[in-house]
Formats: sequence, C-alpha cells, structure tokens
Amino acid sequence: MEQNLISLVENKLKANFADAFVSAEMIAEYPTFIIKKDSIADIVKFLYNDEELQFQYLTTLAGLHYPDNKGEEFGMMYQLHNLPKNYKIRLKIFFSVNDLTVPSITSVFSAANWMERQEFDFFGIQFKGHPNLKRILNMDDMHYHPMRKEYVLEDGTREDKDDKMFGR
Amino acid sequence: MSSIEKTNIEIAKAPPGIEGAGFFATSLDKAVGIARSNSLWPLPFATSCCGIEFMATMASNYDLARFGSERLSFSPRQADLLMVMGTISKKLAPVLLQVYEQMAEPKWVLSMGACACSGGIFDTYSVLQGIDRIIPVDVYIPGCPPRPEQVLDGIMQIQKLTQSETIRRRDSPEYTAMLNKYGIE
Repeated sequence: MEQNLISLVENKLKANFADAFVSAEMIAEYPTFIIKKDSIADIVKFLYNDEELQFQYLTTLAGLHYPDNKGEEFGMMYQLHNLPKNYKIRLKIFFSVNDLTVPSITSVFSAANWMERQEFDFFGIQFKGHPNLKRILNMDDMHYHPMRKEYVLEDGTREDKDDKMFGR
Repeated sequence: MSSIEKTNIEIAKAPPGIEGAGFFATSLDKAVGIARSNSLWPLPFATSCCGIEFMATMASNYDLARFGSERLSFSPRQADLLMVMGTISKKLAPVLLQVYEQMAEPKWVLSMGACACSGGIFDTYSVLQGIDRIIPVDVYIPGCPPRPEQVLDGIMQIQKLTQSETIRRRDSPEYTAMLNKYGIE
C-alpha cells in the first residue's frame, strides 16, 4: 500500500508541481516528500482538494534544525492524513538560516495556527501569511529561540544557580 | 465520660506573663502571635506533584487542621500564608507575584519542594530557578516531593515565626526596604 501511495503522490506532485518537487523516499513507513519551501502552501492545498488523495487532516507539523547542513540549516515537516483511506504522508522543506520565511498553511488548516506559532516561538521560523504570529509558550520578552541547536547544554558562567546549594 | 477525661488534648499554651487572682497580663505581640499562629489561612499555589503531597497533608491521615489551618483560602486577599508547591515557570512568575501582592499584611510565604525552592531538576530556560527570585520566602521545605511530615514541620516553623513577630515589624523601614529589593512597593 505504502509503495503505491508513494508513487501515486509522487506522480501527482510531479505533474502539478514539477519545479517544486525534490525527492520522494520511504522513511519509517512514511512516504516522505522533500519539496521546495515556496510551494508548500500550494501543495498542501492541492493535496487537500485532490479527489483521490484528500489529505484533509493535519496530524502535526514541526520545525527542524540541522546546523551542520550548510545552506539548509532549517526545515519544516508536515504530516498529513487521509482518514477515510488511512493514507499518511510527510512533507519536508529545507531552507537556509538566512531566509527563514515560509508560506503559512493556515489558509488550508486552521489547526496550523497555534502549531506555526510554536515553531516560530522555538525556532524563529517566520510564517508568511500567518494571522497572528507571536510567541505562544514562552515569555513575550524572550529574545532567543530556545530549541535551536546552537546553545551549550550548560553555561558555566551562569549565576542563577548557586553551586554551593547543589554540590556541583 | 471517663474516656474523654483520659484523652491527651494539648491546647495552645499561654505566653509568658504576669498572673494573679482574676487577671493575666502579657504583651499584645504575644497574644496576637498566639492567635495568628493557630489560625493561619493558607493559600495553596499548587502547580504539580508537591500539590498532591499537600492534599495528603490536608486529608485526615496527616490532618493539617490540627494546627489551625483547616480553612484554605482560595482568595489571596483573605490568606495569611502563601504555600507555593511545584514548578513555577518563568511565564507563571508574574502571576505568582500578583497573587503575593494581593495578599494583605501580615503575610508569610512557604516554599515547598525542590522546584519552588530552586528550580529543582528543571535547570532550563523556561523555569524560574526558585521563587525567592521574585518574592520573599519565610520557610523552605526541601524534598522532591517532601513528605507530609515535612510539610507539617514547615507549617510549625511558620507558626514559630508568627508567634515571635512584633506587631510593628511590617511597618518598619527594614521591611519596606526588603520588599523594595523584590520590586514590590
């Protein structure tokens, strides 16, 4: 089934978004498609409306950070589900730290609103077209994006933890 | 009837004073202190597992009511004792500060558990590393979570503080300076 699904979606994406399609691969039993970021909103909308595929449920989306992949440090993963047929796929986009603007998919899935706010909060990814892009979980005055893999595990110079109390 | 006479009920002892036929004289501080210490109204600010341990403390096995604290106050304006139990995230800190500011004087703060005292295991960007960074704390209870016996001991420490506090302490410039250190007017 998964093998049929991956070629089905791949063919449809190639037919309609030939420029945006990068690669298709089975990863952990999920057909995973890497596409170009500028088309993500259009592709999600296409998959939503397509008669055969009908990916009308957004399971989750997540920000990615691979600091060693130069030029493609950041990414987004979207997991879509067709509930009646139990089709499950993942879409991935990768982009440079210098251009963190990604089209928002809130026009297709309202559920993406808070999820995209979370990825903005933790990774600093800017969602173009998001109605209310502000921090959702952290303090508004926080000046960094804590889930980026650019911080040492513990800063030896910090003063907000008193070593004599903790025996370290 | 005789079984009642045999029970060993201890009531609060009178403070030291001058006693004579038909009168007893002591200082107002001590009389007020006794009244306060045996009728503390705690405000439970419970955010996690320490709150569960506090529920055990309130329930019949450990029975905090024996110490005069059976009446929990869920309004800060009527509470004497703020009991902070559990992890306080940085986003919750302004809420805790507001609750503290809403309490009327005299007020005491008890910090229960490793998280409230120091951030505990949550040595991370999102967690306040001890509530004493935003409000003054009178008694710390260590433990993760502390046993109800420790909570009772903490309450008794608070009782000792209330008994020994002078009436004018909260009006003193030292007290105002201490609050100002936390940015509380």
